[in-house]
Amino acid sequence: MALVAAALLPCAPAFAQAGVVASYRWLTLTVFAAVIALTMYVTYLAARRVHSAADFYTAGGGVSGLQNGWAIAGDYLSAASFLGIAGLISLYGYDGFMYSVGWLVAYVTVLLLIAEPCRNIGRYTLSDILSYRNDPKKTRIVGALSTLTVSTFYLTAQMVGGGVLVKILIGIDYETSVVCVGLLMLGYVLFGGMVATTWVQIIKAILLVSASILIVMLVWAPYGFSLPAFLADVVADPKVQARVATLLGDPAKAMSAAELGQRFLEPGLYFKAPVDQISLGMALVFGTAGLPHILMRFFTVPSAQQARRSVLWAMVIIGGFYVLTLFLGFGAALRVGPARIAAVDAGGNLAGPLLAQFIGGGPDSFFGNLMLAFVSAVAFATIVAVVAGLVLAAASAMAHDLYVGVVRAGKDTTAQGQVKAARIATAVVGAMSIGIGIAAKGQNVAVLVGLAFAVAASANFPCVLLTLYWKRCNTGGIIAGMLVGTIAAVGLTLVSPNLTYPIAVRATAHKVLDEAPARRAALAAANAAGDATQAARSSTELAALDKAVAKAQADLDKWGTQNASFMGLEKPLFRLKNPGLVSIPLGFLAVILGSLLYRDKRAEEMWNEVYARQNTGLLVSKSTAH
Amino acid sequence: MHEGVDWDALIQDPRFQTLHRRKTRLLWGLMVLSVVYYFLLPIGAAYFQDFFRIRVWGAVNVGLLFALSEFVVAWVIALFYARQAGREFDQLAAQIAADYA
Repeated sequence: MALVAAALLPCAPAFAQAGVVASYRWLTLTVFAAVIALTMYVTYLAARRVHSAADFYTAGGGVSGLQNGWAIAGDYLSAASFLGIAGLISLYGYDGFMYSVGWLVAYVTVLLLIAEPCRNIGRYTLSDILSYRNDPKKTRIVGALSTLTVSTFYLTAQMVGGGVLVKILIGIDYETSVVCVGLLMLGYVLFGGMVATTWVQIIKAILLVSASILIVMLVWAPYGFSLPAFLADVVADPKVQARVATLLGDPAKAMSAAELGQRFLEPGLYFKAPVDQISLGMALVFGTAGLPHILMRFFTVPSAQQARRSVLWAMVIIGGFYVLTLFLGFGAALRVGPARIAAVDAGGNLAGPLLAQFIGGGPDSFFGNLMLAFVSAVAFATIVAVVAGLVLAAASAMAHDLYVGVVRAGKDTTAQGQVKAARIATAVVGAMSIGIGIAAKGQNVAVLVGLAFAVAASANFPCVLLTLYWKRCNTGGIIAGMLVGTIAAVGLTLVSPNLTYPIAVRATAHKVLDEAPARRAALAAANAAGDATQAARSSTELAALDKAVAKAQADLDKWGTQNASFMGLEKPLFRLKNPGLVSIPLGFLAVILGSLLYRDKRAEEMWNEVYARQNTGLLVSKSTAH
Repeated sequence: MHEGVDWDALIQDPRFQTLHRRKTRLLWGLMVLSVVYYFLLPIGAAYFQDFFRIRVWGAVNVGLLFALSEFVVAWVIALFYARQAGREFDQLAAQIAADYA
């Protein structure tokens, strides 16, 4: 312990602002050790129950609806939604909360159209559903490729985002934190398969929800749990008003302080183009129903009724959590202040942890650091739990679809052989995720989560939906839909404004540099004339200006001679940030045209069987008892 | 194809036809309702800002209440579906499954 602490000390000043104070480092390590020990013990118990492929991929179908609901919440509330949304609310107010709504509404689609039929006709993977009445080899190949694509995008975002967070929160370096997350996750999945993954997700979700409830109680209690009283304080806060003034720029000059504060509760501070938000909303609402690691969770329950119950529980937990983030986000804006949150992490990801520390008594108190350590441990458990679910989905596509279903098609693979294949695939995907995490260090990966949802919504969702509900759908449609949906979503993103366009970056940088001297002079004049508050304000603004100038200079140095983006474009060809609005209809069109142009009598003959089974649950594979 | 279940007869069974009809109507009706209600939020936030801005309860404005109502509507749709399914569909499905297994 002393050695570890000594090794960590030299880098302390760099993160002192955000992480646990060095003298309380032992506290962080203790809380982390407790959380890891608990999950390890569960894995040890689970490992003894994994004998067959069904145990490894689906926990033998023996998970209850309530357990699965918690596990879905644990799988779904990734760092992006748990830290990111509270951060967005703390920095942009209303728009951040509006953003969270789509993540819950997505589950209505899952409940109504996907969960029960998938439970009734599926076994382990997305491709099991696609291949049921279609050419098994071809549909398994496209289904597996799409699963690997979606999971890899999502995985990269989790690994890189998680690595950065763990680095800031605990102060270990980026590579070490990526390797730690990767190895721990591999431990759970390799030995405990879906049983351990399910329990790690349940434990994480319970920790996350209890931590959030505790923080919200402490933030809200002083107002007698009155929403208007709490919000009245938020809008009256000078830190919040200053943030709105900064976001609005010139128009803010004509507004009173009260108007500025109230503006924080009104739309338009984050989302500038409505069409962007609608496109992202479509990707969320239809994409969740096509995420392979979420679909996989429905194979772990014994019946359609339990699948339904699991979505209901998941909606209660996920929705309740997002309502709590409203208080976490506004509470962080009020107590910590948007400027300080943005200074630690520009995306606001540390709003929740910083609020926890403040509520506990601040950076110098024992309880403040205990709260921060606890929230950090939850963040760490979140990344591990989400990554475990993703790796399991990717490994099942490799081992069950590609190896057992295509390479060894028609040959008998023993139970031990299947489990061995699953474990080898898990090790391969796990090693790959660590490699990608390290290789993508410093990259802007936020776009990858949106892209994962877009591919799931444009390729997986139309294929699954139409093979379940449209008689004429066949192999041709599935192949066309998977290819067109994936290529459209990825292709449109590559030519979208998400990439860096050096000409635009340089133009912005020049503008900042050109305006800097005049701005500096104005601030100096205001400073000379004003009182003490004015002086304090100017010095913060001056520091921000210095930072902007330094960034502009760095951008100019970095992009000095280059004119084109990564794709060789000087400006974006496609103006939407998320491709959903265009790529989802394209995916549906491809499934329909592909099915109509391809003749496949078997798919139509099997329709009655598929439709009867998905509605009645006949012949559903029963839970295997040990 | 599967252990001799006569799928064609099952599909033709009047009980299955009833199940299919009721389920289709309920599922797609609720689905359309959910999607339309969801997209009212970004559309309202973009084009009806003056309406969203109206304060109704202290600092709480129409926009905040509307966003909160999205949660309530999603939960109500889910509960309504689960209640209908538990009351009607499960029984019908179990009867049919028992007869044709």
